[in-house]
Amino acid sequence: MTSVSTGVRRGRPGDMVFTIVNYAMFLLLVFLCAYPFYYLIINSVSANDVSALGDVRWLPVGFHLNNYKEVFQLDGLPMAAVVSVGRTVIGTAATVLASAFLGFMFTQSKMWGRRFWYRFVIVTMYFSAGLIPVFIIMKNLGLTNNFWVYVLPFIVQPFFIILVKTYVESMPESLQEAAEVDGANIVQTFFRIYLPNMTPILATVAIFSAVAQWNSFQDTLIYVTDQSLYTLQYLLYMFINQANSLAQAAQNAGGNLSSIVSAATSQTPTSIRMTVSVIVVLPIIFIYPLFQRFFVKGIMLGAVKG
Amino acid sequence: MTVSAVLPEVAATELEQTGQSKRHQREKRAGGRRSYGMFWCIVPFLVLVFLFSYFPLYGWIYALFDYKPALGLSGSEFVGLQWFEMLVSSPTQLAQIAQVLENTLAISFLGIATSVLPLAFAVFLNEVRTPWFRNAVQTLTTLPNFISWVLVYMIAFSLFSSSGLVNSILTDSGLITAPIKFLDTDQHVWLTMTLWSIWKGLGWGAIIYLAAIAGIDQSLYESARIDGAGRFQTMWYITVPQLMPTYLVLLLLSVANLLNNGMEQYFVFQNAFNKEHIQVLDLYVYNIGMTGNNLSMATAIGMLKSIISVVLLFTVNTIAKRVRGTSIV
Repeated sequence: MTSVSTGVRRGRPGDMVFTIVNYAMFLLLVFLCAYPFYYLIINSVSANDVSALGDVRWLPVGFHLNNYKEVFQLDGLPMAAVVSVGRTVIGTAATVLASAFLGFMFTQSKMWGRRFWYRFVIVTMYFSAGLIPVFIIMKNLGLTNNFWVYVLPFIVQPFFIILVKTYVESMPESLQEAAEVDGANIVQTFFRIYLPNMTPILATVAIFSAVAQWNSFQDTLIYVTDQSLYTLQYLLYMFINQANSLAQAAQNAGGNLSSIVSAATSQTPTSIRMTVSVIVVLPIIFIYPLFQRFFVKGIMLGAVKG
Repeated sequence: MTVSAVLPEVAATELEQTGQSKRHQREKRAGGRRSYGMFWCIVPFLVLVFLFSYFPLYGWIYALFDYKPALGLSGSEFVGLQWFEMLVSSPTQLAQIAQVLENTLAISFLGIATSVLPLAFAVFLNEVRTPWFRNAVQTLTTLPNFISWVLVYMIAFSLFSSSGLVNSILTDSGLITAPIKFLDTDQHVWLTMTLWSIWKGLGWGAIIYLAAIAGIDQSLYESARIDGAGRFQTMWYITVPQLMPTYLVLLLLSVANLLNNGMEQYFVFQNAFNKEHIQVLDLYVYNIGMTGNNLSMATAIGMLKSIISVVLLFTVNTIAKRVRGTSIV
C-alpha cells in the first residue's frame, strides 16, 4: 500500500486537458506581466515617428540609440539619476545596518527595558499620525528640501527588525557565549561574529529596502520642491504630465543635434517617456531576478514558522 | 515604505509566537542583571522612531486650530472643533466626504473580493510540474510588484492612451474609428484601479501561499492518493484547506486596512475627468491639505481615519483571537 507512487494517475485524459489549460493560463499571465516591459524597451530604440503612433508591437522598427543620448542631455536628468542612486545606496546601507544591529540587540535579554523598547518600535507598524502632521514635523526639523528626508525616516523599519531578530534567535547561542568568553563586548560581538553570519537575511532586507528607495515617489512629491533633489521617478511623473512642453525641451536640450536629425530620430514626448521609463526600470529588471531566491526565502522565513 | 501592505503584519504575528518561548528561556538564564550600556547603544535609533512616529501625533493639535504655516501655531487662531463640525454640518462638505468614503470602501471591498486570486494562482502554479517553467512564471509575474506606481502609470499610459498600443490596434483592425478614452474617463474607475492592483500584486501575493504550500505535510497527499483522490480532489480537499489559516489572517488584515488604500496609485492615475470616483481618503487628505492648503481640515480628517483604523485593527484582532485562538497584532 505504501508504495503508491505519484505517477499512478498520470494517464487520465482529464489530467491531460487540465495540464494544457493550466500551462496556457500561466503563459497568458506571463505575457500580460512581461510584455509591457518589452513594449517600453522596443519602443525606446525604435524610430520615434513610428513609435509615437503606437505601431511598434513585436520588434523594434528602425533601431537607433539616439533617444538615450539625448535624454541624458535633458535638464535635470543626470542630477535626478545621481539623487536616485545616492538615496538607494546610502538609504539601503543605513537601513540594513540599523535593522541588523537593532534586530540583534533586541535578542539581548540583559538589555535594560528590552521588551518595552521592542514594542515601542514594533507598534509603529500599526499607527500613523497622518500625512499633514508628519509633513509639518519634517518641515520643522528642516528636512524639507533636504536629501536626508530620503534616508532618516526609513532607517528604523519594524518589519526588517522582526525578520533579523527571528533569524538571530535561530542561531546557536554558543556563538555569543564564546565571544564573551574571549572578552568581546557587545558591539564587537555584533560586528565580528553576528554580522558576517547574517548575510541571507540581510540580503532580503537589502533588496526590499533598495527597491523601496529606488521606487519612492511620494516623499519627493511631498517634501521636495528643489529641482536638484528630484528623483528619476518624480522626473518621469513630470514627463508624463507635460506632454507638449516636453518635445520643446528636448529640441532645446538637443540643440545642435536636433537640427540635423531626421524625423525618425528627433524626440517626441512618447520617445522621451519611454526612454526615461526604461532607464528607471532596467536596474530592477537586471538586479531583481538575481536576488529572488533570497527574498523568497526571507518571506518564507517570515510567513511560515521554521 | 511600500514593501508590502500585508506581509509585514502577518510575519510579525507568526514570528512573535515563535519568538516567545525562546525569549522566555533566555530571560530566565539572564537572571536579574540589567545592562544600561546596551540600552544606550540603541538610543539613537529610538530617537528616530520617536521623532518620525510618535512626535507627529502631537501634530493632531493642528486640527483644533486654523493653522496658517506662515504664522506658525502661536499665530494661528484656536477654533476648537470647528473643522469636525464642518465635516458634518456643511452639506457640500458632507456630500464630498460621503463620495470619498464610498470610493475608499468600494475599492477596498473590490480588493477584498479579489483577494482569493493570489491563492488560486498559487494552487494552480503548484500543479505545474516543470521546474523551469514554474520559476519563469514566478519571476516574470512578480516583476510588476517591484516597479513604482509612476511606472505602472507610464505603462498604462503607453498602452491605453489615445495614441497608445491598444487604441492603435483597435483602429487598425477597424473595430473603432475614434480612440477610446481608457484613462480620461470617470466610468469604471474602481474596477480599473482594482485591475491595476491585481496586475501589480498577483504574482507577489502568491509567494506567501506558495511558501505555505511548501510547508504542507506530504503524507496528507500520499494518503489522499491511496484513498483514490484525483488531482482536483487533492487540490480542493488538501491544498486549499491547508491555506485557509494564512488566507484568513490576510483577509482580517485587509479588513483592518479598510480605510488605508494609500495614495500613490490614485495620485498618479487621477486627472480632471476621473477625480470624483478616484479620490480615496488618503488622496483626499493630500489634495485638500497639500494642494488646497487647508492643513487643519486635512489633519482633522487624517486623524479620524487613523483612529478608526486602529479601532478596526483591534476589533479584527479580537475576532481573530476568538475564532482562531491567535492574535494578529
